[in-house]
Amino acid sequence: MFDAIIALVWIVIKIVVILVPLLVAVAYLTYAERKVIGYMQTRIGPNRVGIFGLGQPIADAAKLFLKETIDPTAANRFLFMIAPVLSIAPALAAWAVIPFNKGWVLANVNAGVLYILAMTSIGVYGILIAGWASNSKYAFLGALRSAAQVVSYEIAMGFALVGVLMAADSTNLQNIVLSQQGGIWHWWFLPLLPMFLVYWISGVAETNRLPFDMAEGESEIVAGFHVEYSGMGFAVFFLAEYANMILIAALASTFFLGGWLSPFEGIPGLASLFAWVPGIIWFVAKIFFFLLLYLWLRATFPRYRYDQVMRLGWKVLIPVTIVWIFVIGFGIELHLPPWFS
Amino acid sequence: MNRLKRLIKSFTLWELLVGMKLTGRYLFAKKITIQFPEEKTPYSPRFRGIHALRRYPNGEERCIACKLCEAVCPALAITIEAEPRKDGSRRTTRYDIDLFKCIYCGFCEESCPVDSIVETNMSLYHFENRGENIMSKQDLLAIGDKYEPEIAASKRADAPYR
Repeated sequence: MFDAIIALVWIVIKIVVILVPLLVAVAYLTYAERKVIGYMQTRIGPNRVGIFGLGQPIADAAKLFLKETIDPTAANRFLFMIAPVLSIAPALAAWAVIPFNKGWVLANVNAGVLYILAMTSIGVYGILIAGWASNSKYAFLGALRSAAQVVSYEIAMGFALVGVLMAADSTNLQNIVLSQQGGIWHWWFLPLLPMFLVYWISGVAETNRLPFDMAEGESEIVAGFHVEYSGMGFAVFFLAEYANMILIAALASTFFLGGWLSPFEGIPGLASLFAWVPGIIWFVAKIFFFLLLYLWLRATFPRYRYDQVMRLGWKVLIPVTIVWIFVIGFGIELHLPPWFS
Repeated sequence: MNRLKRLIKSFTLWELLVGMKLTGRYLFAKKITIQFPEEKTPYSPRFRGIHALRRYPNGEERCIACKLCEAVCPALAITIEAEPRKDGSRRTTRYDIDLFKCIYCGFCEESCPVDSIVETNMSLYHFENRGENIMSKQDLLAIGDKYEPEIAASKRADAPYR
């Protein structure tokens, strides 16, 4: 009995240790987004609240907390209130299986990849329910678009992960990282380059970020599924979107860029020079790289037309992954060095 | 051959990388933002901001109540009433400009034979109560007194081109 309570408290502490930095990262990701996109448009972005505008995310959060929560008369109140929760809960729950360093993982489950796929798929229910419960045509259109898009890209994403599973011969995220040991040329992004690109593109589409933000589409359907939300509900949706971005970035680095492994591993001289750097630093650096890529994509590309999004998902990404699954199959069967020997 | 080239280009995401190179370069470009309340863009001497009535250096008001500005005003924003003053000179007793009607065309300034009504460079002003949008003669003269050096300077700067 007592042991069980200790174990429970220990798990709660671990959850707090994971989630608090995550939520701070979410807050400052919005700041980084505004700064980076501003810089790319030769503006300087927020710089008034605190030094370099670093207080901006806190000011934004305080504003959203204090705002009135409006629920439309025609809305289904219960579903309207539960939708933001449904969208943020999976985004946070998925972090349970992410390994931050060797052994640093909340739940070392063997079906880690399946769990991740399940959690990212549940996220779409939040969007769907929000769009339906709002009882507004823009919200409904946004929800429909987003549901179709996420379902389509989930397939390409799943196929891309099948490649990783075949190569790593495991669905445990920790083992997937360990299978990439031995230097930067052993990371899966090299033999699985097309898979890596497909995974990243569908990851961007999964999180409904530009150039695939059909669900929001400010210029077409105002703000899509969260048109009717204000105050806290709106803030929670934003939190979920950014938490999902960080999650996809973490997964991409886990599956393809060797998670917590140092990029200098196996290079004489450099390897011992950087041996003191803890694995989590490398992991965070890789996440940073992918997040920057997210913002960079947003600053560069215009939004896809809806039929183009569907065409890309079904007629380009899925065939590419299927072809490459066969290539990897042959590679494994022939014990192709250096990756599969 | 062309089709092959296009295929390779689209599968290597060539065009996307070119676009990202461009935005990547702008990330480090010089920023052109003006930090507004501290920094301002330069105004032309012909800029048409809030109105002012000017005085001669001896303190006498310039306006002679000819009502040309009232006549030319396309928005009918100016209302003038005039009477002979005790010393016999013709002066306005009322000179109102409704800033909500005014379209800042500058015709009043153009029509004025004595350079009395002018539009200053001041574009930053606000009203807090109803009725403050109607500028009386006292208000306009006060603005003129306050900004006379600036008004004179921009008149001087524009004079060679008139």
